[in-house]
Amino acid sequence: MTPEAIQQSLAAKFGDAVGPLQPANRDPWVEVKPAAVREVCAFLKADPQLRFDCLMNVSAVDWPKQNQIHVVYHLFSYEKRHSFILKAKLDRAAPSVPSVEPVWKSADWLEREQFDLLGVAFEGHPDLRRIMLPDDWVGHPLRKDYAEQAQYHQISTTRESPLDGFVRLDEMKKSAAAKAAAAAAPPAAEPKKEIPS
Amino acid sequence: MSKHYAEDVGQVVTTRTSFIDDIINLARKSSIFYLLFGLACCGIELMQTGGPRADIDRFGSVPRATPRQSDLMIVAGTLTYKMAERCKLLYEQMAEPKYVISMGSCASCGGLFQLAYSVCKGVDKIVPVDIYVPGCPPRPEALTEGLLRVQDKIVRERWFAGRRDIGQRSPGLGIDYKVSA
Repeated sequence: MTPEAIQQSLAAKFGDAVGPLQPANRDPWVEVKPAAVREVCAFLKADPQLRFDCLMNVSAVDWPKQNQIHVVYHLFSYEKRHSFILKAKLDRAAPSVPSVEPVWKSADWLEREQFDLLGVAFEGHPDLRRIMLPDDWVGHPLRKDYAEQAQYHQISTTRESPLDGFVRLDEMKKSAAAKAAAAAAPPAAEPKKEIPS
Repeated sequence: MSKHYAEDVGQVVTTRTSFIDDIINLARKSSIFYLLFGLACCGIELMQTGGPRADIDRFGSVPRATPRQSDLMIVAGTLTYKMAERCKLLYEQMAEPKYVISMGSCASCGGLFQLAYSVCKGVDKIVPVDIYVPGCPPRPEALTEGLLRVQDKIVRERWFAGRRDIGQRSPGLGIDYKVSA
């Protein structure tokens, strides 16, 4: 089926919960109201005309200016050989969307990844915890305003450039030379007085 | 026996404090067992270095799969903070004396991933490093050179002379450890 036909079947079933087909350079997409995500996904999987049996990817995008986080679902049907993209726009302060883990088992780790990196809470997820970063990590690093901690478990997270060391060495040499010149100057002045006498 | 060789032998006899040190060091430098610790693409070069072409087995260096049998840890690859803690644990499990080679840019300073949030900016932030091998990744020849530098370090170590020197090096303790030479 074409993306247009898929959007029409979704709009006929869910009405306002599904937005119009958004054109793009590649891969047109459709916005879905966050509350309806699981029902839409279950329909997409179960409908005999659609048969989206594969959730290829769940990703998320942070948009600080719009104050939104978009969760993107890439779907594919091995049976019907067509693909489709859903987007859910969430509030950036408390991003939350129903989990699609009951629909596709592969969503388990994909959603854990988005929780880990962007802090999206997937309601109804059976095991929502960090998947890649350590469990005691502070913050969600793919947020645009993420600030790195000064240290992690007493390991400093910064490293001085070796060029800074050369600059410091240069300054030390200069100050040492200046000190030596200052120390050498008074004895040099005294013999000058002695020579004319 | 040529004159040159005789001079060398004479020098060894007069300058070395202990033959036992030399014998111990010869044995130690010829059996550096290294811990298989490949973390990223440097690990592939590490395997190549142990393989038939570079073959650091000819210097007596063979891989061990456990830190308890290893003398040398070759940290080969990008070290994340999660792995850094495991790396420190592995280092602490190794028996003294132990050596560390930081292989490649990533292990030395974070390298290409220095600005990444999850990458430790150099393995020397968690364990003391003896030799840094530059490269991204270093060729097997470079790692072999690093191993030879570790051997140089081992050969220079003095076990019996060093123990006699302890009292002389730490006068501030108030105890006279000095043993008459």
